[in-house]
Amino acid sequence: MNWTGRRLPRTEDPALLRGEGAFTADLAAGARAVRFLRSPFAAGRILSIAAPDLPPGALLVTGADLEGVGAIRPELFRFNYRAIAQPVLPRERVHFVGQPIAAVVAATPEEAEDIAEAVLLDIEPEEAVVTIEDALRPGAPTLHAEAPGNVVVDGTIRHPDCEAAFARADRIVEFSLRSGRQNATPLEARAGLAAHDRATGRIRLTASCQMPHMLRTGIAALLGMAEADLQVVAPDVGGGFGQKMALFPEYPLLVWLARRHRGSFCWIEDRNENLIASAHSRDQIHHLRAAFAADGTLLGLEADILANTGAFSCYPTTCGVEPLMALAEYPGPYRLPTYSARARALATHTCPAAPYRGVSRPVVTFGLERLMDRAAAALGLDPVALRRRNLVTEFPHVTPTGLTLDQASYVEALDRAVEAADIPAFRARQEAARREGRYLGLGLAVFNERTGYGTPAFAARGMGIVPGYEVVDIAMTPAGEVEVRIGASPHGQGLRTALAQLAADRLGLDPSRIRVIHGDTDRTPYGWGSFASRGAVIAGGATQLAADKLAARLRRAAARLLQAEPDSVTLRDGAAWAGEASIPLTEIARRVHQRSEQLSDLGGFNLAETASYDPGGTFSNACHVAEVEVDAETGHVRILRFLVVEDAGRLLNPLIADGQVHGGVAQGIANALLEEVLYAPDGNPLTGSLADYLPPSAAEIPHIEIIHMETESPETLTGAKGLGEGGAIGAPAAIANAISDALSPFGVDIAELPATPARIRALIRNAR
Amino acid sequence: MKCPPFDYHAPRSQAEALALLARHGEEGKILAGGQSLVPTMAFRLARPARLIDINRIAGLDYCRAEGGRLRIGPLARHARFERPVAPGPTGRLLARAAEHIAHAPIRTRGTFCGSLAHADPASEWCCIALALGADLRVLREGGERLVPAAGWFQSVFTTALAPDELLAEASLPLLGPDWRCGFAEFNRRAGDFALAMAVTALRLDAAGHVAEARIALGGVAGTPILAEAAAASLLGASPTPDSLRAAAAIAAEGFEPTEDAQVPADYRRDLVRAMTRRALEGSLAA
Ligand SMILES: Cc1cc2nc3c(=O)[nH]c(=O)nc-3n(C[C@H](O)[C@H](O)[C@H](O)COP(=O)(O)OP(=O)(O)OC[C@H]3O[C@@H](n4cnc5c(N)ncnc54)[C@H](O)[C@@H]3O)c2cc1C
Repeated sequence: MNWTGRRLPRTEDPALLRGEGAFTADLAAGARAVRFLRSPFAAGRILSIAAPDLPPGALLVTGADLEGVGAIRPELFRFNYRAIAQPVLPRERVHFVGQPIAAVVAATPEEAEDIAEAVLLDIEPEEAVVTIEDALRPGAPTLHAEAPGNVVVDGTIRHPDCEAAFARADRIVEFSLRSGRQNATPLEARAGLAAHDRATGRIRLTASCQMPHMLRTGIAALLGMAEADLQVVAPDVGGGFGQKMALFPEYPLLVWLARRHRGSFCWIEDRNENLIASAHSRDQIHHLRAAFAADGTLLGLEADILANTGAFSCYPTTCGVEPLMALAEYPGPYRLPTYSARARALATHTCPAAPYRGVSRPVVTFGLERLMDRAAAALGLDPVALRRRNLVTEFPHVTPTGLTLDQASYVEALDRAVEAADIPAFRARQEAARREGRYLGLGLAVFNERTGYGTPAFAARGMGIVPGYEVVDIAMTPAGEVEVRIGASPHGQGLRTALAQLAADRLGLDPSRIRVIHGDTDRTPYGWGSFASRGAVIAGGATQLAADKLAARLRRAAARLLQAEPDSVTLRDGAAWAGEASIPLTEIARRVHQRSEQLSDLGGFNLAETASYDPGGTFSNACHVAEVEVDAETGHVRILRFLVVEDAGRLLNPLIADGQVHGGVAQGIANALLEEVLYAPDGNPLTGSLADYLPPSAAEIPHIEIIHMETESPETLTGAKGLGEGGAIGAPAAIANAISDALSPFGVDIAELPATPARIRALIRNAR
Repeated sequence: MKCPPFDYHAPRSQAEALALLARHGEEGKILAGGQSLVPTMAFRLARPARLIDINRIAGLDYCRAEGGRLRIGPLARHARFERPVAPGPTGRLLARAAEHIAHAPIRTRGTFCGSLAHADPASEWCCIALALGADLRVLREGGERLVPAAGWFQSVFTTALAPDELLAEASLPLLGPDWRCGFAEFNRRAGDFALAMAVTALRLDAAGHVAEARIALGGVAGTPILAEAAAASLLGASPTPDSLRAAAAIAAEGFEPTEDAQVPADYRRDLVRAMTRRALEGSLAA
């Protein structure tokens, strides 16, 4: 029986659906409540922070109290990175509205908020740098002395023959695009609970986080405490999407409180804090210039990438994560003979940027796929044919930035999508609708998604902390169940189910006998977490390796007990078989542990193995098709159809894969049409509630059709590729292309996302 | 996002509620559905020292046709109106609009009178009250007055209601079959407050000419407003696509739009033009 590849319902879901999940706030009973005081100014000097008369038991903590506590200062050793330090609580200056500047502790969150309101903050406001344009303006205020001109990352790639390609071009296509700022908006905002254990003096931090091991390392270093005295637990986590990777100041402060005051302290972030002060992303401007031959062949590309990365640099990925991802991955799935680019990160007095599902690639794909449609229009070619001409067809393929594209189905996925979309029929509908004054449009986005990359990829970025590998400990209990302990930390990706399926096949066991243990630094091996579409590939590969080692142990023991050759023993249906003879795995497990005198010479007294996996990476690919109707009077966009052809290699569990595509596409639709963090010119956030920052509701998300292809990766152990981010990467570009197609009678071209109704109306009005 | 401290009263009769209002005046607030008041308190934008919860007062959840008017008590919830509460154009118009108010859970708690007392500029009920000419019966300890909708709305979230007063009833005319009512609104997500809405009511005479016309706009200024010139332009003739379009254009130019970072003034005018025309066309299509 093959478990891998089946649409097994997720073992995670029943508890969540019954409301029996245990999120950080569910575990906080008895803890004292912490409320952070946040800067009301984007830029300013702190003159004083005066406490009101505190009720008994209440505390006010300011930067002055944190003697000896370090600053958050991640490193990058390349690309002209300027390391800037983010204090846990600042003493001198504030750098964005929402920055924590003090913490109030009280018995209840209500009381803490009452006290926080009464604290007298004396801050002298200073001129704020808010936008990319502000940051680059000559004479603009400098945020950090370490970064003159507010440039914190400046990476370039220059290919000497790029200029020649442009000189040779029949057609040069050039344009700028802008991507609005976004917040990942997990359903559960951030939350932390730090508890002191009187018996051992240890602290347990329960936090809604994606990288518990990294959080532990980072906090212990900041506080100068023994890492062994800190346990970090990620319980049920209500989504992260990258936002919960970072080491935020709030968490070390909670641990500091628990140590100093030997108690339990809890902070449950509210939605307003999450919207203004957690982490933002995607605030970018790209300028593109591409050289084409008359037949549509792409000859060269130049890109100038500007990313507004906010006031500080997120730990551990740094503020380089967005611009450098764009720098490295602009070539996408296309054959690009020559490429020159510059990518800068700019510091501003806004909430710091952090990775968010897709990291820059939604913007890159928006750029590339608008480029393909614009070039087709300029050259009078069919946009599908233009793409087909330029897509990579031979693998492995090395991109101009040195990435190796493994076996994929770029052209095949495009063809499948075009066929399923039935473009001729659509064009007929579009014609008929136009005669009635209705505007339908169809847009494509072809892209690849770099996933499952290990330490080499992160090391190439020059990161001071290099994530990438995963370690898995596997053990069979004396009763014959299997425990798989993973360093990765899933929070909605269904890894407990998918990894059990993988291990079940290697061990000949039912997945219900397998427990996947994660999210607890005391109970799992050091590892990185769930981000960058890596769980199935890397934790999956390590699980497979560990399960194979355990299977080998079981076969050797079985061979002894069945008096057969180890090579002739197979594991299936919960037993070890040699020909017709068999022995249940439960019996082997019992004997290894309890009758070790018979078997310990075969490899020890238990059934525990460890394996690690650190792959180079693999590219999944997809083609998204959006069909939209634009209301030309209101600018409203309705999605009539959304189709995804997804190729993520071998699918461990297609049901989970579908869920990843659905969620990603929903966030991509939000990116294309709805969500945007806005600031006033003085740096005050204008989108501090979900009435102003607009995540889609079910009503705004259409049915999403998915066609899976399975081009197995030769680069990964399981043949699987990651797909966690693809939905979010392709949807914005497909929708932007569809809107541009719909409004082509007006000559409207979408170059800014989200394409809000007000923006679309302005484009139509100006075009008329 | 936790409410500041407050005292809580749960009167069992209207008289008791009025006595509490008389005593606590400025610092007291009526709690009806709580769907606007509680979020505002959570954001600490409102800090009433006392809440006077009227939900335990029996008999206030009525909604009945009487003497040619629809009488709506202070605890009649939005959800009540999702299906026509009375035959004829008024009940149908209310049902058309009800589905646009927030989401189902909010509609099961929020009240018609609470919307009028709260006076959000984008409230559907406020816009309809102005368009149809609602009368608002207001009580205070030892006093009563009737305020016409035209005199009710003063500015954003501000009405003619005094701090010691209770909105005890809203009544709407039950329009006859010669009336055609239309409703259209635009919002970015289902259930959001509208960026613009239009409520239209035309009375057609036997010849099919417009004998009376009312057009109200919501969500576009500090209060709902009447588009009087646009309405007047339709009088005395049979409506045609062109005359509706022209009326919509007049409506779009005849007011000072509120502006914000997401909705520039000229976009607000675009929406008013589109919503007015669609409401008018919709009212005549059926
Ligand atoms: C997410 C969300 C979306 C929403 N969308 C919409 C929408 O699209 N359209 C819309 O119209 N509304 C919307 N609302 C608001 C909702 O309709 C409220 O229910 C309504 O505005 C207020 O009614 P209430 O009964 O809940 O009043 P409450 O919240 O209880 O009270 C509101 C105010 O009115 C006062 N008040 C209430 N009743 C009386 C009375 N009888 N006499 C004197 N004073 C009184 C209160 O003291 C308070 O000041 C939305 C609300 C939410 C939370």
